[in-house]
Order: sequence, then structure tokens, then C-alpha cells
Amino acid sequence: MKISVMLEQLSSGMLVSVEIFLLTLLFSLPLGLLVTFGRRSKNRILSSAVKFYIAIMRGTPLMLQLIVVYFAPFYVFGLTINGFRFPAIIIAFSINYAAYFAEIYRGGIEAIPKGQYEAAQVLGYNRVQTFFRIIFPQVIRIILPSVTNETITLVKDTSLAFVLAQAEMFTIAKQIAAKEASVGPLMVAGVFYFVFNYVVAFIMERIEKKLNYY
Amino acid sequence: MDNNTLLEIRNMRKSFGEKEVLKDISLTVERGEVVSIIGPSGSGKSTALRCATLLERMDGGSLIYEGHVAASDESGTITYADKQQLKKIRNYFGLVFQSFNLFPHYSVLKNITEPVVLSGRADKAEAAKWAVSLLRRLGLEDKADAYPGSLSGGQKQRVSIARALAMQPDVLFFDEPTSALDPELTGEVLRVIKTLATDHMTMVIVTHEMKFAREVSDRIIFMEHGVIHSQGTPEELFNSNDERLNAFIGKLESV
Repeated sequence: MKISVMLEQLSSGMLVSVEIFLLTLLFSLPLGLLVTFGRRSKNRILSSAVKFYIAIMRGTPLMLQLIVVYFAPFYVFGLTINGFRFPAIIIAFSINYAAYFAEIYRGGIEAIPKGQYEAAQVLGYNRVQTFFRIIFPQVIRIILPSVTNETITLVKDTSLAFVLAQAEMFTIAKQIAAKEASVGPLMVAGVFYFVFNYVVAFIMERIEKKLNYY
Repeated sequence: MDNNTLLEIRNMRKSFGEKEVLKDISLTVERGEVVSIIGPSGSGKSTALRCATLLERMDGGSLIYEGHVAASDESGTITYADKQQLKKIRNYFGLVFQSFNLFPHYSVLKNITEPVVLSGRADKAEAAKWAVSLLRRLGLEDKADAYPGSLSGGQKQRVSIARALAMQPDVLFFDEPTSALDPELTGEVLRVIKTLATDHMTMVIVTHEMKFAREVSDRIIFMEHGVIHSQGTPEELFNSNDERLNAFIGKLESV
């Protein structure tokens, strides 16, 4: 196989990997915030339920979660959904990463001194204003290094989508490698993940610098 | 109660678990009055201030700002006013914290203007004008664009005073405003508070600075073990024969 053909096939996989990455971030970052709110809720039932959800998400392999989400409609509801493969991957990744992000948010929120809430209260901020204007911007700066870590892990985790035979980067690399009896495609895949993460780390570093204005 | 009574506290009680921190505090503050609250640590003075500013819920008693009831236990159990009413009542007072509690991610200017704008007191441009003139008055005109992290403790506390003043409160509370400051920085904060007293700002100040309390106050309240042990003009208190009071004042003045 010519290198150019191999690269062409791999590049379609790259695109899928990037899509999984971006869509997961898009959904899991806000979802994680909701999960944190549930975890911190004064409602015991809600906070226990959310705690259980986080425990499951963190305590079982993401690969297994991918399989469960993909087959759940059929085995639980008897439904066959066409083209569910990609949505299932995005759902599984999003609810998994939301659990991790939720715990990162929680750590950040708990690091904000009580005095910030008190000052906001005395100055007439309501609860929503207090959270989004005073607390959350400070939380972001605190948690950014942890979020970067998690984001870099996500880049590599996208390769787990192979378990559902999604044609992302790693799946294709493996197929070509098997067919050609060569590790070359896997090495190319490795370079791809490395470069991808290099870019992610670079962007996150820029954001961190930008938030370091105070 | 006449129109000049800004704050009325009746029979305030507060416990933390088993520990009864405030036993029976009654206190009124008149317009233009400067009241200092002194007393040993653990006497309940900060807790009283926190209950008065709605940061803590009291267990019993009444809290009334300018005739508006924030909390009352006349029915037997304590009931607080609804959210709307409490929001309105918060407009009557300001609070300067011991640890400043400035918002670190906002510039000095935004720390002062945002609460003003959010509360609808003024638009952004007008709020900025107030802020700048307040900063000038407090000697901080060159700090408008600075972030709190770059300021000294004394400057931070002056900014937090400006932030409280910008909300145009009728009464301003201070919770040990110089306790977190290095000794050489307390002077600049105390001078600002003195200026406010000269301008007849109504203030309630919890403090350990005896000399300052004596100079600035119309009335001093000495608290001990959760009750008001004695109160009066600075002359009355500093010339009193009361043993406990003298012991406390003497201990602080000898430092």
C-alpha cells in the first residue's frame, strides 16, 4: 500500500476522532456543571443518586460503558435505532467525562472562600449572579490544570470507540496494520495523537495565561 | 421608635450547637450615630454583627431596619421576612469585613461598580463616576484599574470601604476592619473611618482599637459572655469604676 493511500484512509479516521473529541467536550463540560449542582444539592435523594452515578462512571471501564449505551435501546426497550453507533459513542463519552468534570468543578467550588459568598450577599447579588459572576470565574482558573489533564486523556480515549467498530483513527490504523502486516499505520496513529495533544496542551496553556491576569 | 432610629435589635439570641453565643442583646442605632462594640474574643460581638447583617440567622429576637421588620419572634418562634423584603432590607446597610472579601478577578473599579449597577442604583457610566470620586476621596484614584491582589492590606480595606459606600447604605457595619492589617497599615484605614464619622455616616464598628473607639464613637458598647455588659459615651466607659471593663481596657491599652 502506498503511503499516500494509507494517509488518506487514516485521515478520514482522524476526522472522526476529532469529532468525538469536540462533541464530548461540548456536552460534558456543561453537563458536568449540572452534575456538580446535583452532587452538592441539599436534597439527600438527589445528591445520593448523583454520587452513585459518579461512582459507576468512574468505577467501570469506559469501554464497557460504550457497549452498554450502544446496546441499551435494544436490550432494554427492544428498539433498533438506525445509525445509533455514533450518537451512542457521544452519549457514553459525554456522561463519562461529565462525571470526572463534575468532581473537578466540585473541588474548585469548594476552594472558594466563604467570604466571597458573604460579600456578594451583602452587596445584593442573588444566587445566580453570585455563582456566575463571582464564584465560577474564580473556579475556572483553579481547575484549569485539571481540566487540561482530563482533556488530554480524552484525546487518547477516543480510540476506545473502536470497540463499537466506529471508523475512527485507531480502528482504521489497526485494520491497515493487520492487512499490511506492518506497524507503520499504528506509528502514524501514535504521531497523530501526540500532535493532537500537543495542540490541546498549547491551547490550554494560552487560556491559562490569559486567566492569569489577576 | 422615631424616624431617626435606623436599626433596632431586641433580645437577640444565638447559639452554635450547645454554645450560647448571644444571650440577650438589645441595641438601637440612631441616624448619624457612631457606635463601637468592644469586648474580649468570644464575647459574641462579631456574631451579633453577623446576625444584624443577615449573614447568620438568630435563634430569637427582633431585627428592624428603619421600621421594616427583617425578623421577629413576637409570635413565639422567630420568623424572617420573605426573600423580597430581605433583599430590600439589605439595601439599608453595608458591611466591611475583616478579611476585605474583595472579588479578586475584578478590577478595583468593577468591584465597586458592579453591585451598584446590578442593584439598579445607577447605570454603568454613572456608577463609574461615583466609584472614581469615592476612590479619590479615599486616596486611591490611581488604583481604579488595579486588581486587589496587587494592593496592600490597607489599600484593600479602603477599596472595600469604597465598595460598601457606593451602595449608599444608611448604616455601615465594620467587623474588626483593621485586625487583618499590619500595625503600620491600620492608621490609613482608621483615618478613613474617622473622616466618615465627621461626615455623620452612621456606623457600627466592632474593634479592638481602644484609642480609636474612644476618639470616634458617640457610644461604646462593652460586650462579654454574650451580653452587653455596659455601654455609654467614651468618657463614661473610660472613666468607669467597673472592674471587668477596666481590666479589659487596661489590658488592651498596655499592649
